[in-house]
Amino acid sequence: MKYRPQGTSVDNQIEEIFGKAYDHKVISRLVPFLKPQKKLLFMAISAMLIFVITQSSFPYIIKIGIDNHILTKDIEGLTWVFVAFISIAFINWGSGYLQETFASRMSQGVLQNLRSKLFSHLQKLPMSFYDKTEVGRLMSRMHGDVGQLQEVGALIVATSGELLSLIGIIIFLMIMSFKLAIITLIVVPALFILLIVWQKLAKKLYIENRISHSVTINNLAETINGSKIIQILTRQKTNMQLFDTKNSHLLKTSKSATYVSSGVLPGVDFLTSIAISLVIFFGSQMIGHSLDIGVLIAFVMYVQRFFDPLRQITMSYTQFQRAMASGNRIFEIMDIKPEINESIRSKELKSIEGNIAFNNLTFSYTHNNPVLKNINLEVKSGETLAIVGHTGSGKTTLISLLSRLYNIPLESGSIEIDGINIQNVTRDSLLNQMSIVLQEPFLFSGTIMDNIKYRLTESSREEVINASKTVNAHNFISDLELGYDTRILERGSNLSTGQRQLISFARAILSNPKILILDEATANIDSTTEDLIQNALKNLVHKRTAIIIAHRLSTIRDADKIAVMDQGSLIEVGNHIELIKSNGLYKKLYDFNYDSIELANK
Amino acid sequence: MHQTIVINKIPRMNIILRLTKMATCHKWNLILAYLCMLGATTSFLITPKFIGKAVDKISSSYNEGIIPTSLIIETIIAIVLLMSIRGFLSFWQTSLGENLSHKIAYSLRNMFFNKVQTISFDFHDRWHTGELISRAISDIENVRMSINMGLMRAPYFLAMFIIVSILLINLHWLLGIISIAFMPIISLNSINVRLKMRRLLHKIQKTTAELSTISQENFSGAKVVRSFASSKYEQSKFDSKNQEIFYQTVDAEKLRAKNATFMRFAFTVSIGIVLLIGGRLVINEELTWGELTQFIIYMQILSMPVSMAAWLVNAYARAVSSGERLFEILDSKSKLKETSNTLKINKSNGHILFKDVSFGYDENNLVLKNLNLEIKTGEKIAIIGPPGSGKTTIANLIPRFYDVTGGKILLDNIDIKQINLNSLRRNIGLIQQDIFLFATTIKENISYGKEDATMEEVIQAAKTAQIHNYIQTLDKGYDTILGERGTDLSGGQRQRLGIARAVILNPSILIMDDTTSSVDTETETLINQSLESIMKNRTTLIISNRISTVQKANKIFVLEQGEIIEEGLHQELLEKNGIYKNIYNLQLKPTETQSKNTIK
Ligand SMILES: Nc1ncnc2c1ncn2[C@@H]1O[C@H](COP(=O)(O)OP(=O)(O)O)[C@@H](O)[C@H]1O
Ligand SMILES: Nc1ncnc2c1ncn2[C@@H]1O[C@H](COP(=O)(O)OP(=O)(O)O)[C@@H](O)[C@H]1O
Ligand SMILES: [Mg+2]
Ligand SMILES: [Mg+2]
Repeated sequence: MKYRPQGTSVDNQIEEIFGKAYDHKVISRLVPFLKPQKKLLFMAISAMLIFVITQSSFPYIIKIGIDNHILTKDIEGLTWVFVAFISIAFINWGSGYLQETFASRMSQGVLQNLRSKLFSHLQKLPMSFYDKTEVGRLMSRMHGDVGQLQEVGALIVATSGELLSLIGIIIFLMIMSFKLAIITLIVVPALFILLIVWQKLAKKLYIENRISHSVTINNLAETINGSKIIQILTRQKTNMQLFDTKNSHLLKTSKSATYVSSGVLPGVDFLTSIAISLVIFFGSQMIGHSLDIGVLIAFVMYVQRFFDPLRQITMSYTQFQRAMASGNRIFEIMDIKPEINESIRSKELKSIEGNIAFNNLTFSYTHNNPVLKNINLEVKSGETLAIVGHTGSGKTTLISLLSRLYNIPLESGSIEIDGINIQNVTRDSLLNQMSIVLQEPFLFSGTIMDNIKYRLTESSREEVINASKTVNAHNFISDLELGYDTRILERGSNLSTGQRQLISFARAILSNPKILILDEATANIDSTTEDLIQNALKNLVHKRTAIIIAHRLSTIRDADKIAVMDQGSLIEVGNHIELIKSNGLYKKLYDFNYDSIELANK
Repeated sequence: MHQTIVINKIPRMNIILRLTKMATCHKWNLILAYLCMLGATTSFLITPKFIGKAVDKISSSYNEGIIPTSLIIETIIAIVLLMSIRGFLSFWQTSLGENLSHKIAYSLRNMFFNKVQTISFDFHDRWHTGELISRAISDIENVRMSINMGLMRAPYFLAMFIIVSILLINLHWLLGIISIAFMPIISLNSINVRLKMRRLLHKIQKTTAELSTISQENFSGAKVVRSFASSKYEQSKFDSKNQEIFYQTVDAEKLRAKNATFMRFAFTVSIGIVLLIGGRLVINEELTWGELTQFIIYMQILSMPVSMAAWLVNAYARAVSSGERLFEILDSKSKLKETSNTLKINKSNGHILFKDVSFGYDENNLVLKNLNLEIKTGEKIAIIGPPGSGKTTIANLIPRFYDVTGGKILLDNIDIKQINLNSLRRNIGLIQQDIFLFATTIKENISYGKEDATMEEVIQAAKTAQIHNYIQTLDKGYDTILGERGTDLSGGQRQRLGIARAVILNPSILIMDDTTSSVDTETETLINQSLESIMKNRTTLIISNRISTVQKANKIFVLEQGEIIEEGLHQELLEKNGIYKNIYNLQLKPTETQSKNTIK
């Protein structure tokens, strides 16, 4: 499942961007979302029926008024018809209002539900999905595509209302004069032929337009994201030219699409005039014997309205296509199975001691390219394990597996905590007892306080301050004007990288986890601060199991156990003194580290 | 985060005026569209006259039983002709109107694009990317649709109302006035609703932006969300905003429905009155059958504009609130002012001088205080200091991404404020701490700042940055397409691409902001070695918190809280026994003693 625009061919894009106007698959998937809205749906339909009947009866009432009362000069009767007319207008008003509010409540309900389900589904998808999927794409699923469906909700209501009134009109026409009704309806086949031809023409142009639109928007979005580096590399002029090319193409295709979509207007108008002519010509022949003048007027009124629904349907055709394509894309994501199957049998992990064991662990992100090879490693409760190795040797992968960001296939070994395979417990119960400080700090919008608390919203201010003090973040935070209530700007730009790292450190400490994992967490922090953290860690590490990944060997020296990784294999394990003695890779890395500073001094 | 200040910042009329002005730039398009509209409306509104005439003819011959077929055929031909003309003209009217709106959307998109890529950094510090993207997409589209509605539909409907009113009053003044009495009522109602609607739309837009921030952060912080097992918490954050949007949208829909249905009702009642009074007039023979028919048909023609009037109200409210959001971005001023007679420099010597520089991201919070610092041509200078001490800030000031608050920065003895901005930046290669990569090939990422770079140059830059070997191992080599933000590369690999990207520009000044912090020592050493050759004939500023990276510099500055507290050569600083020595000890001492114990 890759969602990259570049990877897909134009054909695929066409498929993706421009689906069918009616896609059974999408509709049947939407039905379950309608279920909770059954009552509203029923009420909306009832209101709509009343609305349509009353709405299409008006010309008929006018006809009664004319033929039965004005023709016979019956003023009292006419007054009664007027009273009836106004009463029906009242009913029409009420039912119209109810129909619209019920329908919008219903479609908004469906959307809200859909959005929430999509979001919750995305929470269950494994990291591997996010590795491959651009955030921009997900955002456009979450907001763009769901939005398209919102319009379709309104359209379905409007269109089915129009279709119903078309039926209503035909019935009233038949009631008034069967013969004249049949003659008038002769134009309908011509109209359908017109629409089919138009449709063929429109399709190709709309496809081009949609593609052009998404290309332009993607370009715009990327520029917004990368605006700083663009200025650093001063590429504004070229970018503007490239964008203008795309934007101009979009303008061109939009124009063509416009011509086609309004091209249907002259045809419909012509056919309307033919229908009216037919009514007048044949109506005048029949007048007197089988027809009264009111019928003629009512017919003309109906025929004019007759084409409105059809026009509405052609206009919404493209909207439907767009919505179906959007629906397809949304359900495509909903269909991605959460790799990590949280079976019902998964137990809650009880309070743990913190013994960790990696057993024969092998792992690859992509097939036949193992990143971890047969890792066997044990960490006892309360111990500190340090992992060292070159970039890309698999250190991060190892702890990603421990935190179950990725699934471990059955035959590829296991990770056990206190003797329990972590694949057999619920993720939440596992992760609640474990904290990780990632290599790259990530902050959310909100205040510093919010960010340290994060999930633990109930924590007290004291707890937060204590955690910050532990990682030495308190000083710089209290130096800020608003202290802990300072708002984090976009991507934490008002803080330096090291400060961001300290905050995410505090966040990890706050939950007082049994297992603490630091993945190069101190890379961006200066030595003075790091030293302070190191001292603090001594107390923290004391009561819990810790795994520390670091490049600077000074950080690692004191660990109970040091694991040395190389190209996915565990090649040495032992404490500092043992490893130096054994004269292997660790010794080499160590010397390197030492040399890089000392050599320069000579 | 500054969404809250949007409302009422720009006067409402201003927005409508400005949009109208943009439309009037396409004068001929607009004039033609109006002409077509006039023609279409006229032919459309004449048609009922002919229908009425036909009815009169039919009813006059009603009692006689003879139908004047030829007369009727004449009428029919007129009707078909008129309707065809109207179809043709309304095709052009619609197309021209729509195209006008597309043209404006095109200009708005270009303006938006140019604004975001040229405006100074402080703007981007303030605005969430999600918010900007949503304005670029939905607000431009909203404005576009409203332009078509406001500039084409609204005058069309207005013309129809006026012409029909005149025609009806002409036909029979009393009945005419009665039949159009509903118009002031619905206009008043609309004005009332419009204001409420605007407020509701504003709320919805705000909540929508908040919701999209929540999901954007959730997706880009997927790893954090998972590591903290916080999906439940995230879901509850999302759901509460989602719920809010639901209520707000339903409220807006209710208001719209209330308005629309009331208008329709008022209008329907008018038709009823026309039937009652018109019928009486026909009975009293003050009105002919044909005239009554005309009345009824004209009224029916009005039903379309009436039901569209509610949409117009919405369109207006939407145009104003989306326009406000759009112009707020487009009107944002770059804090950096470029004077007109700036100096263009080709190849700078790379002599940088900070003279009493002070700087704060906001006025009352100085990050750099009275900084004096000189980097001579070809020198290699290093800055070391704790996070938040202002190192990155210094790096950002040299290419003038922010302007100094006090003092000045001189390049080759010229105040950088007097140098053409682009030419200044072309001379500086800045490698940021966080590397942003574009979703395109590796090759294009490396040659991003130098589009005409040859493949050889790209490879050379990659080799210099020690990333060439890695790229070779990829299936598609330099044509590998990177995912968003280069998520499929490790931190070290991204850093090296960042270096390659800067190196290819061959800048006379190179600034490396904590470039090597996330790579291992070995890779760092490799990078440093290769950089040595590049640094040879250019001025280099290295920012780091690692002694191993800074020790070889010609001069090392130790920065703390925006002030330089020590400076000198590595050896000198060690002898000074100050902060630098302290850092040195922390980074080296433990291993040093250890190694003495174990090895010797
Ligand atoms: N999400 C991923 N998808 C595919 N490959 C990955 C992913 N993350 C890491 N890799 C690859 O796996 C290898 C090990 O990476 P990693 O565990 O991050 O190493 P380390 O943390 O030791 O630097 C590297 O070759 C890297 O390119
Ligand atoms: N864009 C910004 N807006 C507001 N404040 C900022 C911004 N960038 C940095 N700061 C603040 O300025 C100070 C110096 O930051 P920085 O130069 O990034 O430090 P360093 O690079 O030395 O770690 C910090 O206190 C930080 O919070
Ligand atoms: Mg790693
Ligand atoms: Mg920095």
